[in-house]
Amino acid sequence: MRKIVKYVVLDILRNRIVAAYAALLLVITLTVLNLEDNNAKALLSLLNIVLIVLPLVSVIFSTVYYYNSVEFIELLVCQPLRRIRILLSLYWGLAFSLLIAFWVGVGVPVLCYLHNETGMLLVVSGSALTFIFSALAVLGSVLMRDKARGIGFAILLWFYFSVLYDALVLFLLFQFSDYPLEKPAIVLGCLNPIDLSRILLLLQLDNSAMMGYTGAVFRSFFGGGGGALVALAVLLLWMSLPLWAAMRRFNRKDL
Amino acid sequence: MIRISHIHKCFGRLQVLNDVTLTLSKGQSIALIGPNGSGKTTLIKSLLSMVVPDSGTIRFDGADILHGWSYRAAIGYMPQTGRYPDNMTIAHVFDMMKDIRKDTASALDEELFHAFGLASIKNKRMRTLSGGTRQKVSASLAFLFNPSVLILDEPTAGLDPVAAGILRQKIHAVRDEGKLILITSHVLAELDDMVSEVVYLQEGAVKFHKTLSQLQKDTGEQKLVRAIAHVMQTAGCHA
Repeated sequence: MRKIVKYVVLDILRNRIVAAYAALLLVITLTVLNLEDNNAKALLSLLNIVLIVLPLVSVIFSTVYYYNSVEFIELLVCQPLRRIRILLSLYWGLAFSLLIAFWVGVGVPVLCYLHNETGMLLVVSGSALTFIFSALAVLGSVLMRDKARGIGFAILLWFYFSVLYDALVLFLLFQFSDYPLEKPAIVLGCLNPIDLSRILLLLQLDNSAMMGYTGAVFRSFFGGGGGALVALAVLLLWMSLPLWAAMRRFNRKDL
Repeated sequence: MIRISHIHKCFGRLQVLNDVTLTLSKGQSIALIGPNGSGKTTLIKSLLSMVVPDSGTIRFDGADILHGWSYRAAIGYMPQTGRYPDNMTIAHVFDMMKDIRKDTASALDEELFHAFGLASIKNKRMRTLSGGTRQKVSASLAFLFNPSVLILDEPTAGLDPVAAGILRQKIHAVRDEGKLILITSHVLAELDDMVSEVVYLQEGAVKFHKTLSQLQKDTGEQKLVRAIAHVMQTAGCHA
């Protein structure tokens, strides 16, 4: 399995898109960090950019790469290898390459400039989002045979999690504003990995005061050690569930 | 060696394999013949579990292949149209295969690799190769690990006469070693001196499985082409 991961990672690193992605992140990070003298504000700007760019690139690149690897998969499937291992190797190869790009572009500079907990949290949640969105992309591509449909699905997925979901949550909050919604809001936050990462970071930045009572509830839930563990577990679920579903489907897929 | 029992496969509403039961044993070389769309490739792909049958079992040396994977070490497969990662070179593909199968492979058989002259173009990327050269790569890969079963899907289609000759010679040599060979081809003339048995598939069902000599006796024809033509005509009359 390690061998296949190695081939995938080498192949992706030779592909210039991932290098361009790393460079783009690096430019953004350095610009933001150098322009803002207030660390918290810099981190907040960076957070907003990362939460848009990272899922988009992860999900689209992974989807396109999967469809381009169909031949590679076909070649390996008739070899004495477990199917699950082929898919997992492809996933790990993708996730690791994107992760390297993220660390080069955001992780290292952020940890150099702001070596505190908040910077650390940004790097951790960014890494988690990379894993999650690659997993979602692999699931979508395994489910859909047609390339155009698969890429369309990936774009919709990103659009849903980055834009549509927040609109839906706002709509719900307004519709049911007469009811106590603090606890459902926590659940709603967990149903979107991007929102969950954002909440975790905002809590660290003390901007939660601006979120009113809901912010206070978030703070009491996610601020403690237990809440952080729950958040981490939810992020892990977001990664493993799609992957598990993809493997189940892939095991019986006709190639 | 391979027992296929009652496998069915549908693609959507299309029934591709309909209750196929076959026993293939060691030392046989079998021609899998049938009109286009009769399920030959699907049957072959089910043997490699690239296609998962809806029902029925396939046993390889007695073990069900549904959850197995290690049995594929014993199979060399040459697909009808070999598809390879675009930006890998020929050398990359071979190195990767050898690397992946380092633990299970015994002696390597690189005869075809050299006979086809692939060594001199090994730094060409797969994307730039012609269909025929791709076929050469597929053939060399199929024979590379000395498999005891060879499954060749249209092996000589797209090969130039010289290359086709080399491949035929190789198939003969391997057959004489007593390996199980399964070939599909529409060039029936070349199968004459290659195979010992004939399986005829039509609309996803096995019409007959006979030895070549039996088929010759039944149809009164010496050449496989004429014998099959005879069968197809009589089948047409009945329909």
